[in-house]
Amino acid sequence: MSDAAPMDRIRNLSIVAHVDHGKSTLSDRILELTGAVDARDMREQYLDSMDIERERGITIKAQNVRVGWKGHTIHLIDTPGHVDFGYEVSRSLAACEGVVLLIDAAQGIEAQTLANAYQAIENDLEIVCALNKIDLPAADPDRYAAEIESVLGIPGDQIIRMSAKTGVGVTDLLDAICERIPPPAGDPTAPLQGLIFDSYYDQYRGVVSAVRIMQGVLRPDVKLRFMQAGRTHEVEEVGVRTPLNTPVAALGPGEVGYLIAGIKDVGEARSGETVTEAARPAAAPLEGYRDPKPMVFCGLYPVEGDDFADLREALEKMRLNDASVTYEPETSGALGFGFRCGFLGLLHMEIVRERLEREFDLALIATAPSVEYRAHLTDGGQVEVHNPSEMPPPQKLESIEEPFLQATILSPTEYTGTLMDLCQSRRGDMVRMEYLSPERLELVYRIPLAEVVMDFFDALKSRTKGYASLDYEEAGWEQADLVKIDILLNGVPVDAFSAIVHKSQAQEYGRRMTEKLRELIPRQMFDVPIQAGVGGRIIARETVKAKRKDVLSKCYGGDITRKRKLLEKQKEGKKRMKNIGRVEVPQEAFIQALRLEE
Amino acid sequence: MASPIPSPGFGVYVHVPFCSRRCDYCAFATWTDRHHLMGDYAAACVAEIARATSAGELDAATSVFFGGGTPSLLPAEELAAILAAIAKAPGAEVTVECNPETVTAELLACYRSAGVTRLSFGVQSMAPHVLASLGREHDPAAVTRAVALAGDAGYGDSYSVDLILGAAGESIADWEATLAAVLALDPAPAHVSAYSLTVEPGTPLAKDPQRAPDPDDQADKYLLADQVLSDAGLSWYEVSNWSRPGAECRHNQLYWTQGPYRGIGCAAHSHALVAGGGSRRWWNVRTPDRYINLVSTGASTVAASESLPATARALEALQLSLRTAAGVPADALPSAEEDPALEDLVVYAGGRAVLTPAGRLLANEVSLRLRDPAASR
Ligand SMILES: Nc1nc2c(ncn2[C@@H]2O[C@H](COP(=O)(O)OP(=O)(O)O)[C@@H](O)[C@H]2O)c(=O)[nH]1
Ligand code: SF4
Ligand SMILES: [Mg+2]
Repeated sequence: MSDAAPMDRIRNLSIVAHVDHGKSTLSDRILELTGAVDARDMREQYLDSMDIERERGITIKAQNVRVGWKGHTIHLIDTPGHVDFGYEVSRSLAACEGVVLLIDAAQGIEAQTLANAYQAIENDLEIVCALNKIDLPAADPDRYAAEIESVLGIPGDQIIRMSAKTGVGVTDLLDAICERIPPPAGDPTAPLQGLIFDSYYDQYRGVVSAVRIMQGVLRPDVKLRFMQAGRTHEVEEVGVRTPLNTPVAALGPGEVGYLIAGIKDVGEARSGETVTEAARPAAAPLEGYRDPKPMVFCGLYPVEGDDFADLREALEKMRLNDASVTYEPETSGALGFGFRCGFLGLLHMEIVRERLEREFDLALIATAPSVEYRAHLTDGGQVEVHNPSEMPPPQKLESIEEPFLQATILSPTEYTGTLMDLCQSRRGDMVRMEYLSPERLELVYRIPLAEVVMDFFDALKSRTKGYASLDYEEAGWEQADLVKIDILLNGVPVDAFSAIVHKSQAQEYGRRMTEKLRELIPRQMFDVPIQAGVGGRIIARETVKAKRKDVLSKCYGGDITRKRKLLEKQKEGKKRMKNIGRVEVPQEAFIQALRLEE
Repeated sequence: MASPIPSPGFGVYVHVPFCSRRCDYCAFATWTDRHHLMGDYAAACVAEIARATSAGELDAATSVFFGGGTPSLLPAEELAAILAAIAKAPGAEVTVECNPETVTAELLACYRSAGVTRLSFGVQSMAPHVLASLGREHDPAAVTRAVALAGDAGYGDSYSVDLILGAAGESIADWEATLAAVLALDPAPAHVSAYSLTVEPGTPLAKDPQRAPDPDDQADKYLLADQVLSDAGLSWYEVSNWSRPGAECRHNQLYWTQGPYRGIGCAAHSHALVAGGGSRRWWNVRTPDRYINLVSTGASTVAASESLPATARALEALQLSLRTAAGVPADALPSAEEDPALEDLVVYAGGRAVLTPAGRLLANEVSLRLRDPAASR
């Protein structure tokens, strides 16, 4: 067995909270207080190991660490707060008996606070609630303790008041964890059942999986059976993160640690997988959880066509680390060869794209994000549409369904009106409206995912000075009046600019896109009409007038060299343009036109 | 149809890098605060000429061009001394660029006796508000006066007017009036150049996008100029140049026919043909201070150079010739059937392809369609 405390003094918990309420900072303080990390090695966001996490100050991947506290062994999982990564939270919870629910004492309950609390309750986990940031002048712990009591039913006198920044109250929190969160249960003599709750790819070691032992004992040098994948692997190393990876001789029931078994593809060690001993298998796997489904899709194309092979390799590697990214090759008449990629949300999309560009040194063009649609055909068939170009022609189309969300918005009551306007303008249907307290409103809407994907979150924040928060979950499919808009340059459709939008927004989209393109497309030798069309009917039109003047003027003092160089440069520039029919379009125009702003 | 311009000989360009004030749009090698260098500078030019002559780099000049800057700011004796140092072929064309406000009877008399045959006036516009917008110092009256003096000094048939089209605040009517006023000058000019105002990086004009010229407006003005000047008997012979028959600037024709020329002074460019059909271009250091220094220490004044192999030279020859009334051999361009874009831009006749007025405005685009003679070999 590892040097963990006896099972009755093991505590497994996740720290959950709305974004920015202080999870990572609390993890830092705990690492420091328990002596897991020397003060001189300490740095902010210690557990956030990716560059992009540290730069943006967000947690993307859940991280686990083992610390000791007053004779107890605590396994602590820091989770990401952003709704895109909600599935990371649900996985982490499956490995725990309790959660620390952290709430900003200057903000109170926000949308993900509620979502996290409900999830913990659903999983039957003990909740230790703490109001954080009491050092802030704007902190109002009494008020928010009352709110928590009334909304979540957690008695006010059980809510710990602390500051992850100054460290005040953190020992109280650790004590409360030891007192209130129940120890794990499990039989060391039973056949092994371990739950994989996270995997990442290490360049040197292959897949490293986070594992929670439910029953039995996991030892190195045995053959392991991955029950869902149906594969067998030799265990190379078992260990715990303290927070550095430290090999141990065994992990017993209730322990959390890591496992290396020479696996090259995270897809074979998916979260939710049950591992057991091949020689003495458990009767049944543990209840797994669903893989997260991609919700948002976009095409990724290399700016330089030659980089296609590099992009493929980069995506393969990225997937080793992040099994939630999907990709399939696709071809665009305008952009060449690329991939249609699926993501958990817009932030996820942005992050994956940034990591691809940064870690693999690629320059990419991303097409406008879209959701998945279901097209029902007149012949009774059904097609999944991830890309506007897959949309069947109108005459073959019976109906289209689009994915819906149930969105929960928490906001100060003063913004009720503007939020209802916003949701309505985005085709939302109100499900519920509730006052959590005299000042705090909960709005629940059924709303198309496509609307949320566009810029809903930004609009929400800007209408409420940043005070409203959003959480959502999938809520099935619904038929809608959707149309495909084609953008034509000089009569030639440009697939990269097509979009599927609600009929009521087609005009607006067409107008915006044609206007934008008029500014981005350089004048040509002839008038270039830019049209937006729906099923052959033109709904918006702009024209890039033919250029009339492109000539070098004076050649000064016999400087013919300059003249020639300018012509050479112009020639080079032409080579780098994409030809859409007879129209020459610079790369930059694609990048700018597809940029996601109002 | 005009035949290709025959190579007219050997040119000498002398750069005079002094102006009394910098115009708003100007990125030329010229200075307003170094007038004290004029004497040394003229001496350095004379020294460079002497050096080039003894090195055998100077043929007898068929044309000499004093450009700037403002050559007419240089004391006439200094200019005369430089000109005297240059060996000239009989009947050589000798041009001096003059800003109208600097012209006096004495200056022109001095030029005449020194052998200057041609004057080029930087008129730019005949509308006072346009001149102000360009940051020029003279007014239309200065132009009328300078031209009258030029007539008195015997330059009535051999002076040229430089115009700029497309300045901020210049209406089409202003431009039309400028053209009319120029043609009404007494004596009337035999040669007019009209350049589109170009925004050069680093100039005050470049920092003020509000005043950036509108290419469509410039196109309209160019076409108007072509019409008005042609009607007055001045026909175009290069994109920006119109003249009465026989009054073309021989020196500029050298540039367009890849002829040999030698630049004297700072920032001046030179071009020499080398055996095997290639050529070499080089240019002097940019500032007058460094130039004077290098000449006085006997060091090379060359800032940089490039060698043009015969193949690149052949393409360049087409690019340059395309800009002239001589045009290019018809097979150097795709036919209008092959490339419909050329339809209204080029006329094909007598085995040559020549730019139409609309084509001159799009000369770059047409140039990019020239068949590279090297590629077809
Ligand atoms: N004043 C104060 N700031 C805090 C405290 N805890 C966290 N923060 C700050 O709140 C921000 C978000 O913290 P972080 O730990 O990244 O939040 P997470 O998104 O929940 O992981 C950071 O700027 C922290 O420095 C606290 O107790 N007091
Ligand atoms: S006069 Fe000519 S060279 Fe002098 S500053 Fe004006 S534009 Fe430039
Ligand atoms: Mg964090």
